[in-house]
Amino acid sequence: MADTRERIVKRVAKFFKDGDLVNLGIGMPTMVANFIPPEINVMLQSENGFIGIGPSPEPGMEDKDTVNAGGAFVTILPGGACFDSAMSFALIRGGHVDATVLGALEVDEKGNLANWIVPGKMVPGMGGAMDLVVGAKQVIIAMEHNNKNGAPKILKNCTLPLTALGVVKWIVTELGVMEMTCDGIVLRELAPGVTVEEIQSKTEATLIIPDVIGTMED
Amino acid sequence: MSKIKTLEEAYAQFKDNQVIAIGGFLAVGTPEALVDGLVNSGVTNLTIIGNDTSYVDRGIGRLVVSGQAAKVIVSHIGTNKETGRLMHTGELQVELVPQGTLAERLRAGGAGLGGFLTPTGVGTIVEEGKQKITLNGIDYLLELPLKADIALLKAYKADKLGNLVYRNATRNFNPLMALAADFVIVEAEEIVEVGELDPDAVVTPGALVDMIVKA
Repeated sequence: MADTRERIVKRVAKFFKDGDLVNLGIGMPTMVANFIPPEINVMLQSENGFIGIGPSPEPGMEDKDTVNAGGAFVTILPGGACFDSAMSFALIRGGHVDATVLGALEVDEKGNLANWIVPGKMVPGMGGAMDLVVGAKQVIIAMEHNNKNGAPKILKNCTLPLTALGVVKWIVTELGVMEMTCDGIVLRELAPGVTVEEIQSKTEATLIIPDVIGTMED
Repeated sequence: MSKIKTLEEAYAQFKDNQVIAIGGFLAVGTPEALVDGLVNSGVTNLTIIGNDTSYVDRGIGRLVVSGQAAKVIVSHIGTNKETGRLMHTGELQVELVPQGTLAERLRAGGAGLGGFLTPTGVGTIVEEGKQKITLNGIDYLLELPLKADIALLKAYKADKLGNLVYRNATRNFNPLMALAADFVIVEAEEIVEVGELDPDAVVTPGALVDMIVKA
């Protein structure tokens, strides 16, 4: 089996279309950039103020003024554009970003998302996450299916403070691909070797099982 | 009168109880020499507005570590352990604001607007204590403007009138804070003669800038 995280990010990269403007969150979502099919042109936005995130610079070539929203050194591709934070979030909130990919602590059947705070334990702040999930045309959650203790993260109702209401469109985990619909969460693809019973047993929400379920390719 | 000043002249502007907006995103685009002066000045009970509290040893976060900040208004504190610790002990007040809302609150403050309606934060703890307004079936929060006594900005180039250009990811909140503060101090990497900047390339008009210091 392919590395769990690599399987997830490879699949996420297939959601994008030629010409899309995409914002990738910090952590696993950032890895999606490495798997965008070369035949399509996807522009990546960095919410700290530019479009056109390029590869990491070679060692010794880092530019102190050029970092991504996680503070890591990056490059800006030819054709990129720099702007201030109001423009950056006008792009985000205004629906000009075609997709955003973020991790999650919890997602529920209504598409609610919790990914910014564990009261009393972890209070990093929401950063740009609340604006991103409200404004992006498609919200794709890339995460491991269960938490470190093996407990489900896809729930009937989120228990943690929310990032936003009803915003999630897709959930991609190492076990499968799920689509949020007005009826609930539909299982669209299963990873090789994973059964409907297995993914349901690891999910608190009730998955809607269609007649045809695709295979999530490595 | 020349806007070009020494660092000491800039530091003389700092006083207890001020609201100070400081540019930067994880310390990129933060005027570190001005923050040095603020730390050394020992002024206290400050309210600091910025994107984040950066790191314990770099950027705005140094004012948290020094204990000079009584309150921070930011979108993110996760990279500075001291912010979380002081928040839990009650020594530091932290107002967490979604990043886009923070940017727009500063913009509104500087643009003479009484506030704005945003869908961000609806249904979350961000909406607590705020007026919710429904227009055309969509819920919005009424967010209010933010203003500061002083803004500390970092520019790539300033001309002697204070016209500013920024470089790459350093722009972030700097142009918004230039509008939202009563007194604006810029730390520029390079100070050039009037006429050397293409007017079409100027991002922040010099009319907003009160003092310029060399980085």
